[in-house]
Amino acid sequence: MHEWALAEAVVTTVLKTAEEENAREVLEIKVVLGELQQIDIEVFKFALTNLVKDTIAEKAQIILEIEPAILKCNSCGYKWKFSEVLEKLDEEVREAIHFLPEVSHAYIKCPNCGSVDFDVIKGRGVYLKSIKVR
Amino acid sequence: MIDPRISVIEKRFSEIKRIISVVSGKGGVGKTVIASTLALSLAKNNYRTGLFDLDFYGPGCHIVLGVGKVFLEEEKGIIPPKFHGVSLMSIEFFAKDEPVAMRGTEVTDALIELMAITRWGPLDFLIIDLPPGLGEEVLDVIRLLRNTEFLVVTTPSKLSMMVAEKLLKLLKRVGANILGLVENMALTHNMGSTKPLAEKYQVEFLGSIRLDEKLEAAIGVPEKIFETIFFKDIQKIFEKLCKGINTDR
Repeated sequence: MHEWALAEAVVTTVLKTAEEENAREVLEIKVVLGELQQIDIEVFKFALTNLVKDTIAEKAQIILEIEPAILKCNSCGYKWKFSEVLEKLDEEVREAIHFLPEVSHAYIKCPNCGSVDFDVIKGRGVYLKSIKVR
Repeated sequence: MIDPRISVIEKRFSEIKRIISVVSGKGGVGKTVIASTLALSLAKNNYRTGLFDLDFYGPGCHIVLGVGKVFLEEEKGIIPPKFHGVSLMSIEFFAKDEPVAMRGTEVTDALIELMAITRWGPLDFLIIDLPPGLGEEVLDVIRLLRNTEFLVVTTPSKLSMMVAEKLLKLLKRVGANILGLVENMALTHNMGSTKPLAEKYQVEFLGSIRLDEKLEAAIGVPEKIFETIFFKDIQKIFEKLCKGINTDR
């Protein structure tokens, strides 16, 4: 249920933004879920739906977009997809990366040169992409 | 794109009466042992205490507390596990002895993530162990935890004092709340020699902690730490910190 904490962050941000815009209602919430964090979409959506109850975002359409995670080696410049190495990671490691994506540096290395000095150039974690209000 | 995590950080720390960040600037002056022992001391005196290890490259609080295998409890976030009465959160719970080589923005990301997902609940004290340097962790704590108080640690070494002075300048410039200066690893001939530094920057000199040769053997066994001279000296600082803290609950 770690997803709940992140969903709470999204809803808090949505309501704060809506208030700043003097909105009466939130119509749409678009959230990007970076693949690296391996969010359980059903749990996350369930948490969001619960957290918006009795707020001006209660009827908002919730759109979740999965963003593939792309990693780039700072030593040799090689780019690769997290999905290419995901299967090689055991359950405990996946869970650690799920909680804290930056610890991927402890468990993943560049498939080309073996360096652990890489950037996650896309698909790290949870971001609020847009909200529509009226 | 908006990072939503920032919005819940204030809420996550809202039930904590005092947040004390232990900083030094220079490495190797005993920040981690002081932060951890201070937390143990507070817990021993029935204060609800948390310890947040933000030294991502060299986490050590779990070593001082003698932490073994950890099971993380999830309840709408992560509940920090308790050891010797101290609730502890550390990157080590996820990195498991492996080095985590991160660049600047990732350090900030990891720090924000841990702040957003950790549910400390009500605490009298949260002690934060910050890494050496004036980098992301220190700047992000200044930025995100406005009510934190900084406990500056230095040894009587010229090198350590020089960096502690830079740190004091920085903290003063950004208007941070400086709790005071602690002198660690003091010997008979140099005890109190860092006091003029505290006076120069008009911060309280909280006391000297004597260099204790028996401390190393006690690391990892809090009951042994409680028997050291180091702990006796920490207790004196603890008494100063606890002034005005209401523990009625």
